[in-house]
Order: sequence, then structure tokens, then C-alpha cells
Amino acid sequence: MNERPALLQMQGITKRYPGVVALEEVDLEVRRGEVHFLLGENGAGKSTLMKILAGAVQRDAGTIIIDGCISELRSPREANDAGVSIIYQEFNLVPHLTVAENIFLGREPAARLPGLIDRARMEQEAQQRLTELGVVIRPDAVVDDLGVAEQQMVEVAKALSIDAKILIMDEPTSALTNQEITRLFHVIRTLRDRGVAIIYISHRMEELHRIGDRVTVMRDGRHIATRELTSTHLNELITLMVGRALTEHFPKVAVPAGEELLRVEGLKRTGVLHGISLTLHRGEVVGLAGLMGSGRTELARAIFGADPVDGGRIWVRGKEAKLDSPRAAIALGLGFLTEDRKRQGLVLGLDVTANTCLANLDRFSAAGIVSPGQEMAVAKKLTADLRVKTPDLHQLVVNLSGGNQQKVVLAKWLCREAEILIFDEPTRGIDVGSKVEIYQLINRLAAEGKAVLMISSEMPEILGMSDRILVMHRGSIAGEFSAAEATQEKILHCAVGAKAA
Amino acid sequence: MKIPNRLARNARQFGTFAVFVVLCAVISILTPHFLSVSNLLNVAQQTVINAIIAVGLTYVIISAGIDLSVGSILAFSGVVMGQALGAGLPLPLAIAAGVAVGTGCGAVNGLLIAYGRLPPFIATLGMMSVARGAALLVTDGRPVSGFSESFRWLATGEVMGVPVPVLIMILVYVAAHFVLRRTKFGRYTFAIGGNEEAALLSGVPVRLYKLGIYAVCGGLAGLASVILTARLNSAQPIAGLSYELDAIAATVIGGTSLMGGRGSVVGTLLGALIMGVLRNGLNLLGVSSFIQQVVIGAVIIAAVLLDTFLKNSKR
Repeated sequence: MNERPALLQMQGITKRYPGVVALEEVDLEVRRGEVHFLLGENGAGKSTLMKILAGAVQRDAGTIIIDGCISELRSPREANDAGVSIIYQEFNLVPHLTVAENIFLGREPAARLPGLIDRARMEQEAQQRLTELGVVIRPDAVVDDLGVAEQQMVEVAKALSIDAKILIMDEPTSALTNQEITRLFHVIRTLRDRGVAIIYISHRMEELHRIGDRVTVMRDGRHIATRELTSTHLNELITLMVGRALTEHFPKVAVPAGEELLRVEGLKRTGVLHGISLTLHRGEVVGLAGLMGSGRTELARAIFGADPVDGGRIWVRGKEAKLDSPRAAIALGLGFLTEDRKRQGLVLGLDVTANTCLANLDRFSAAGIVSPGQEMAVAKKLTADLRVKTPDLHQLVVNLSGGNQQKVVLAKWLCREAEILIFDEPTRGIDVGSKVEIYQLINRLAAEGKAVLMISSEMPEILGMSDRILVMHRGSIAGEFSAAEATQEKILHCAVGAKAA
Repeated sequence: MKIPNRLARNARQFGTFAVFVVLCAVISILTPHFLSVSNLLNVAQQTVINAIIAVGLTYVIISAGIDLSVGSILAFSGVVMGQALGAGLPLPLAIAAGVAVGTGCGAVNGLLIAYGRLPPFIATLGMMSVARGAALLVTDGRPVSGFSESFRWLATGEVMGVPVPVLIMILVYVAAHFVLRRTKFGRYTFAIGGNEEAALLSGVPVRLYKLGIYAVCGGLAGLASVILTARLNSAQPIAGLSYELDAIAATVIGGTSLMGGRGSVVGTLLGALIMGVLRNGLNLLGVSSFIQQVVIGAVIIAAVLLDTFLKNSKR
């Protein structure tokens, strides 16, 4: 079985982004007719590697050999021509077109008159593809009317309609029910037996042994190991994924926890959050770990009143509160540093001063008229305090660097004197120097008696900064650890659902 | 790059101003009548209606919205006011009624957009038809004419040599500029248009302010109808046809971004003046009104092209 020939060889693939090496000399070899898992923590480089293979991202160095031919893969089209097809986690279907129209989008069979589409043939061929997959979907159904699992099958049919030899699937089961997963796996096995190579990215460890043949583990943009799954234990893989000891330095200063500032009990949002309970105390930094899609951001938004909830109670400083809008949450002293600064945190077209004062404009205005003097004074103090690097206070925030933008968001909440701060990925996309500064600021906030809930996908950050760590898995808290007992292995076990909550 | 920051930030406005000056210079060379005091006042008079409506649209467009109903609202406000005057209501009350009708229509727009979550284009397109129909309905399709001298003074009067409508326009612009730059209302308008999600997550009562923005826009259309009615000595249910397009054009020429988050009333005033000067100049030169339309359309396109070009070259 090991002698099946390699269909795909990626050698020495390197990709650099300004300031970051996303991939460093990564090798990947995939055989004909196998399901090859790609495993790694968030940010390990799996997605970048697959985007390179799909022609969506250009590599800086390295060779790709498909079926014995060196392939450049300069565009998705070239990748298609070489027999590579990718199904992203977010589907790429046009919702208002039919199944057949989607499958043949951009490659519609021509009728005799140029410019016209041979609809009958298109639907017939679509039908044939779907039948081959063993699924019952009408080719003339509108995609928007289909369920998620059916849409996925349309994606698979579309991928195969180019006669793909290599099919990449990114988290294909994240939105499926168990029954649908069984059916998807059946289809995957059918494809494998027909000689298609399937590269499968998933955070669900339980799927490894159900469907996988081999696995490649990546970490920090490098290839760590490739193993046969029949002879590899789950624990070994987790150790490989985590790998390193903590090398970064975290200036953690422990502060004795004070009174309870926030209590959440049984917070529910149908299909997203399943009864979450947690507490935050003065002086505490609580880390919220979990994989992408585990519901961490959704939890933060629900607490902050940005999304409606279907149940649960919240107490702030011991008093029950109804946080049904961000405005209500802010009035009680909550602040939310969103994951996506540019889309949710800042008004990029306004200047540093206006952004700093946005959440607390009442403080600087009388009868609706804003006092520029007062605004500037506070903005000046906060930007100096947080060491925001900006030429002046009227600089538009769009022109600041990521780290400085993040500091402006923080300044906004400090200006509001928020006491309960939710940080969602506070150091994402920020250079190392600014990171340390953000950590120091988080420490300072805790020392001042504020409470911080820190969502992070970076293990070292979670372990280095938290007093207490909560781990989420599929919309529930799967585990809680004190700083002393937490290890990367324990957290990862919880996060992938490998251990019962 | 050591360009003074203030200058760099307002480059677009200086650009509009430069275009305005060059335009005036060219026209005054081609026709000496242009620079006469009476003609310049004439231009100002002709610009007033569009300029006042455009202030409302500037607010709406900065908030990343659009309002297609201002022309119809102007007609509806006008006929309500005209009928109120005809029924013998005191002048201030009748004017207040007209402005209130405009504000009310605008508020309905705001309600539909902010609370009903309709796209602004759809909500105001509907209002455009509803208000026009209402104006025709209450007048039975006939103009309301013949008003008192004291009412007509609002269009024909002068204070220290300045026509009253021009004075009103100046007051509106001073107030609008102040509100946009110095008040919470203005700041939130920018924040909502620049990033509604961020504004919401910062505790800005986004829906309330959207309602307010559209109400103000409707109210300004009502105010414009006062001047128009006084000038024509007649409130016409078919007044204000396609005024919304002129107002949008003035706003866009003035550098306000249709994407929201960027813009100024000073720019809009320049935009309205550029349109007024162009029309006036082309009239003086005896250019046919058909060609005028072509020219004005071209100017609008050129202004937006320039914006796009400037924005791309910065990146």
C-alpha cells in the first residue's frame, strides 16, 4: 500500500509576508487515492500552503510537481488545469443560480448558436456528476433553497467537474450533522477509491482515524512530521502539533483577585452558544481558548449585547443586568476590543481624537456641542500614556500601523473608563514590540482592579497572560484550568473535544 | 512627506475651490457680464434652492445613505404651506407647518431605514412617489397661488443689499457646518457612515441618529420649498422634479463620498456654486440648454473620476 506513487510533491515551499514568514521550506507529498490530513494549530500555515496549491496565493520559493510535471500554479485557473480543486470552508456558490449553473459556472457548455448555453446538456451532465456522488439533488434546484450539506455536495460536484485529481477540503464537516458527515465520508471514500487524492484540513481529531490514511503535521510555518495513521496515536499527534516549549517572554504580573465584576449564567444562543457560565473578578485576566469557530467571539458579542441571546442571565457588580445592546453594556462599564479592528473597532476615516472619544462623547459635550479642547486634552493624555505613535492627534487612524490602531481602540475604552474589558485576539497582526506593550497594558489594567477576558488563538499568549483559562468547544465551555495546572496539551485536548467536558 | 497635514487632509476641498475659481475666471473672460454684481447675485439666487437641499443630502450621504425623495417632499411641504396660508393661518405658523411636513416625511424615511432596515434607496424611492402623490392629492393637481407681500418678501426682499434667500442659505450653511464639525450629531454622522458596526459597538445610538439625519434632510427640503413658493408666488404640486439629482450632484462634486464617512458642507456649497456658475455662464454664452445638460453631466462624472483617481494614487 505504501508503494502507491506520489501524485503531488511540494518541495521547499516558502512564503513571506511583510514581517512574517508564513511558510518556511515546507515539503508535502500526497499519493494517488489517499485521504491526507493536514494538521496544525491556528496560524501553523495550513491554509497558506493550500492556497498556494490552489493558485490563490503565489509562493516565494519552492517547486510543485503534479503527476510528474512541474507546475507553476500562477492562478486558480492554472491550478484547475493541473487538476487541483479546492473547497473552502466558506462556500463559493452563487446562491440565486441553479445547481447546474453553479457546477458549470464559467465553463458552460455552448449551444450551436455562439453565446447561448446548452441548458439541457448542462443539466444532464450535472445530474450525472451528482449521481456519481450518490446524492439526490435536482440540477435545476436553486442553491439558496438547499441545506448546507447539499450545498457542500454541489461544491464537491463542481470540484470534480474539472476532473480534479487533487481535491482540497478545508473543514468540510464544520457545519454538518453527524448523519451528513457519514454521507460525506462515504462520498470521500468513493472518490479515494477512484484514485483522487484528497487533502483534508480539520480540527476534529476524531475524524482522523475515521477517514484518514496519512497525516502531515505543521507548526509555525514548517513541516513537522508525516505519519501513517494506522500506526500513530492521537496523543503523539497533539504533542507534535504543540511541540515547542514556551519561548516568548510574558511580563505576567499576578494580582490577587478581588470582588466579582461579571457573572454569566446559562447564556444561550440557539445553534451557537449552549449554556455558558463564567465569572470575572477585579484584577483577573481570564483567557478564553478554543479553536476557530468554537464560539468565543460569539460569546463575547452576546455578553456585550451585540447579538441577541435566547436565554441566560448576567450580573454586573453583583446586580442583575439586561445587556440587550452595546449601549447598555457600555453604560455598565463593559468594553469590547473586537477581533477585527478595521471593520468593527475603528472608524478609519476619523482621526485619532475622534476615535478615542467615540464611546464617551457625552463627557466632552454640552447641549450636543463637542468641546474640541477637552477632547484633545484627553486624547493627548491617553495617546501619550499608551505610547501611540502618531504624527499628531488629527491623523486619520487609517494611516496608523496595526499596533497603534489597536492602542487607539484601547484608548477608546480607557477614555470610557470601562472596567470589564473583553479583548478578542488583542495581538493579531501586530508586530512583536507592540505585542509586549499590549501585554504590559493588560497587566496594568488588571493591577488597577479591572477585569479582562482575553480571547486568543495563540497558546503561548493564553498560557503566559491568564490567571485562569476557559476552553471552548462547539459553543460550550469544555474545561477550566488555573494558570498553574494549564498546559498546551490539556488545553488542546479540551479544544478539539478529545476529552469529555 | 512633509506636506502640512492640514493642507493634505483638505486637498479635495482646495481642489474643488480651485476648479470653482478657474471656472469663474474662464467664464468672466468669455463674457464680461458674468462678473457684474447683479449677475453674481442672480447666480446666488439660482443656487439657493439646490444648495439648501444639498446640505441635507450631504448629511445623508456622509452617513452612507441616499435620499431620492427630497424633490417630492419639497412639493408636498410647499402645497401644505400654501394651503395653510390660503386658509388664513399666520405666516410663521404656515411656514412651520411646511417645514414640519418635510421633517415628518424625512422622519418616516428614517424610521423605515433605521428601524425597518430597508435600504435607503428603496425607502426614499417609495417616499418619492408617496409625497408626490400626496402633493397632487391635497391640491387636486392644481397649484396654490397668490400670497401676501410679507410672505413674498422671503424671496424678493433684501437685507443690506443681500437678497433674503441668499441670507437664509448662508445661515443654513454656517449652522450645518458647525453642527457637522462641532456637535455629537455631526460626529456620529461621520462615524455611522465611516463604520456603522464600530459606531454601534462604541455605544452610538445608531438608529436614533439615522432617524434624525433623514428628518433633517426632509426638513431642509421643506425650508427650500418656502423660498421656492415665495419666489414663484405659487405652490406647485409638481415642483421640485429631479431636484434630488441636482442635490446629489452638488454633494458629489463637493467631494462627499457616496460610500459614506467622508465629506463637508463647504464642499457641497462649492459644488452647488459650480453647478450654478456653469448654468449661468453657459446661458450668458447662449449655449443651448441641451448642451448644458451634457456639460453638467460630464462635470459630475469628472469629479467622481478624479476622486477615484486620487484615492487610488494614494495607496
